[in-house]
Parts: sequence; C-alpha cells; structure tokens
Amino acid sequence: MTLLAFDWAYVIEKLILIIIIVLTTLLITLYTTFGERKVAAILQDRPGPNRAGPFGLLQPLADGLKLIMKEEIIPTAASKWLFILGPGLAMTASLMTCAVIPWSTEVHLFGRTIALQVADVNIGILYIFAVVSMGVYGIMIGGWASNNKFSLMSALRAASQAISYEIAMGLALIALLMTTGTLSLKTIVEDQVAGHWWNVVYQPLGFLIFFICAMAECNRTPFDLPEAENELNFGYHQEYSSMKLGFYLFAEYVNMIMSSAIMASMYFGGYDLPFFDESTVAPNIAAMIGIGTLLIKIVLFVFLFMWIRWTIPRFRYDQLMNLGWKKMIPLALLNMLITGALILSKL
Amino acid sequence: MNALEILFYALSAFTIVSAIMVLISKNPIHSVLWLILVFFAISGHYILLNAQFLAIVNIIVYAGAIMVLFLFVIMLMNVKKDKEPQKQLLVKLIGVIAGGSFLTLLIALVKQNTSFDRSSVLLKEGTIGLIHPLGKALFTDFVVPFEISSVLFLSAMVGAVIIGKK
Repeated sequence: MTLLAFDWAYVIEKLILIIIIVLTTLLITLYTTFGERKVAAILQDRPGPNRAGPFGLLQPLADGLKLIMKEEIIPTAASKWLFILGPGLAMTASLMTCAVIPWSTEVHLFGRTIALQVADVNIGILYIFAVVSMGVYGIMIGGWASNNKFSLMSALRAASQAISYEIAMGLALIALLMTTGTLSLKTIVEDQVAGHWWNVVYQPLGFLIFFICAMAECNRTPFDLPEAENELNFGYHQEYSSMKLGFYLFAEYVNMIMSSAIMASMYFGGYDLPFFDESTVAPNIAAMIGIGTLLIKIVLFVFLFMWIRWTIPRFRYDQLMNLGWKKMIPLALLNMLITGALILSKL
Repeated sequence: MNALEILFYALSAFTIVSAIMVLISKNPIHSVLWLILVFFAISGHYILLNAQFLAIVNIIVYAGAIMVLFLFVIMLMNVKKDKEPQKQLLVKLIGVIAGGSFLTLLIALVKQNTSFDRSSVLLKEGTIGLIHPLGKALFTDFVVPFEISSVLFLSAMVGAVIIGKK
C-alpha cells in the first residue's frame, strides 16, 4: 500500500484550489471581453453593449453561447489533429501560468493551513518563462495546420515577435532577480510586503520594459501584427470557427490577465495592501483582503492594456522589430548594468 | 516499486516512444512536434533527479527556442515527401548496418559495465541541479571553463551577425 501513501487531503486541497483558480480566471476573462467593449465605447464616446440584461451585463454570456452554437468547420486541406490541437495548446499554455502566482497569504480552514498558491516552486519565474515560450506553439501549429498562406504568414510573424520580445523580457527580469535574489514568486511578494517599497521603485526602467514586452507577448495593440486585418485578412485564426476561434480569442485575454497578475506580483507588491498592517486582523480576513487587493491591481493593469489598445495605432512590422531588437534589448542590458553597478556599490 | 519509480518507468517509456515517433513520422512537422515531447519528457526526468533548474532551462532553450526555429525553417521550406530525393537501396543497407553495429556496441558496453547491474533508480537525490548549488559550482570550481564557453557563445553570435549582414 506504499503506492497510495500520499497525503490525500493535500492532493484534494490542491485540486480544489486549481479548479477554483481556473474557473475564476475564466469567469474574469469572460467579463474582460465585456470590459474591453465598454472601455472602447467610453473612449470612442458611444454607449457600447447595453441590450442584454441590465447595463448589458449578460452580453459575454450571449457571445459565448453564440460561439458554441456556431457550426464547426475544419478545412478539408487542413491537418486535422494539429488543427484541433492548436487552440487547445494556446489555451493550456495561457492557463498554466496561474500555477505559480501567489494569490494571497494562507487561510485556515478545517484545522488545515492552506497556502493560496498552487505550487511554490523555487524556479517560479523561470517556469513562467517556459510557459510563455510554449504559448508560441499554439499559434504556430494552428497557423500551419490551417493550410492557408495568410494563416502561416501571420503565425510566423507572431512567433518571431514573441521570440524577439522574450529576450528583452528576460533581461528585464534578470535585473529584478539581481535585486531580489530569489526566483520564487512567493518570496518576492513576501519581501515586498515586509520591506518599505515595492520593487517598481527599485526597477522603474525594468518594469517599463517588462510591460511593453508583456504587451507584445499578448499580441495586444500596438503589437497586434499577427492579427493585422488589412494585411493578413484576419491572422493565424482565419480558418477557425466556432469555439476553436473562441479559444484563441479567449487565450489572448487570459494571457492579459496572467501577465497583469505577474506584473502586480513582481513589481507592485502582489497581494500587499499599502498602508495597512495585515497582522492586525484575523488571518482568514487578511487573506481575503489580499485576494481583493491583487484582483484590483490586475483590473487596473488590464484597464491600462485596454486604454493603450484604443489609443495607439498599430506599428508597422519593421518598426516592431526595430523596437524589439534595437531599443528594448539595449535598454534592458543598460538596466542590468546599472542595477549591477548599484548592487556592487552597496556591498 | 513506489510511486516515484512507476513515474520514472512511465516517463521513460513515453520518452522512447516519442523518440521513435520522431524517426518514423512521414511529415517533418510531426517529427519536430514529437521531438518537443521528447524534450518535455527529458525535463520530467531532470525533475525526478531533483534538478529543477536544468529541467526548466531545458524546456526554455530547447523546447521553447530551438524547436521554434526548427518549425520555422521546415514551415518555410515546405518539405514534402514526394519532393524529397529517394535514397538508393545500397545507401539504405549501409545505414542499417552502421546503425545496427552502433546499437550492438552500445548494448555490449552497458552489459559489460557491472555498475549498471540491478542498481535501483536514483531519484530525488543530490542538489547540484538546484539553482543555488549550480550557480556556486559554476562560478567557483568551474569558472574558467564557464567563461571560456561564454567566449565561444560570443564568437558564435558575432559569426551569426556577420552571416546575416551578407
């Protein structure tokens, strides 16, 4: 019976936590699409979706239902399994990030101490990196399997964009790691809670680079070249219909939420509510306050993403590549050098 | 057999099956995708050996970057089976003989080496694969080879830039 000698309560606890986190993320994603349309409407001075339910609040449900009910088309010339695998991979890769994000401190339930983080691995940030680099495959496989020139071109664009901006992103992160001295997201957040300042004070340039690269990784305007309608019809998901298309579109929003959560955790104190001492309230209430704080920070970042999307036009492709390789990477290297020099001068 | 060992054997079987699929897939894109799975399985082995840093770097570098470039090249070249030059029977025969002898040699080596005999699988032992011990080892005991290899990388980068400029 040694085979089954796990701590079963632990396994069940983690399973429930995973289910809750994934479901909450999907629910928030659903309403992010609604938020996107409302923000666009406000910025363009029009009412936006307001027919389905009070204030149009049922609009995302109607959209989701519409996507599911549409006819599913797989092109005859497409490579069938890969065509189905593409959107699945895109969605999986974007949801996998939430495993290492510390959502809050611990809660005490039924005599157990439950950490509100699925996995506190000592390579947390590198794990995020690995997952981000996996996200490219969903797009590439989908674009290739569609057997359509425009899909393939756009998939190649998306992949080269992702690879280019990953480098600057990594270099910006290295500077952050030099100041924190750990790769575990939990420790990074705890240090910020205990310390005086959030990491963004020590790494303003690093945060800016990370933010721009995150925007490029999520394929958001001004970096939404893989979806450039006027050059590539629709992009890598041109041949997709029904919920498979929905998965690609959803994955983009999940990516946006996840990168907001990562930025909030790494640079903006995670679940830390400023000017508030968590030890003065009961641990469970403190944990709830933590979750609320992190969610508010995520929503603010997502709003910033949308604000930028509806304000700035799209780059040209060569401008995008120039920005990535000739501006972002040297800037990130400079940031790394400055950080290194400052750390050295303090020793 | 405990759970870890079962995991090890399942992972090994998965690795070998994926590696075979790399070889026998007709479509080069499918081969590349199977190869990505092989890298994932190998990363799983690293995690079982308590080398988490190595595991994740293996995924980032091989599965995340190098394989994307492989996919790029194959997608752009659009390799089709019927356009590929067919190899002659003699060439195939030579390949089979050479590969078979190499396999025999490897098996003989493993058979001769008594240290492999019925030894159990080493799992979750050692700390060299964790990030702190690995960094310490690289920058103290092995600092010269480490720096020399970084010079090698630099020269490769310069070479790539020069070729790209032509």
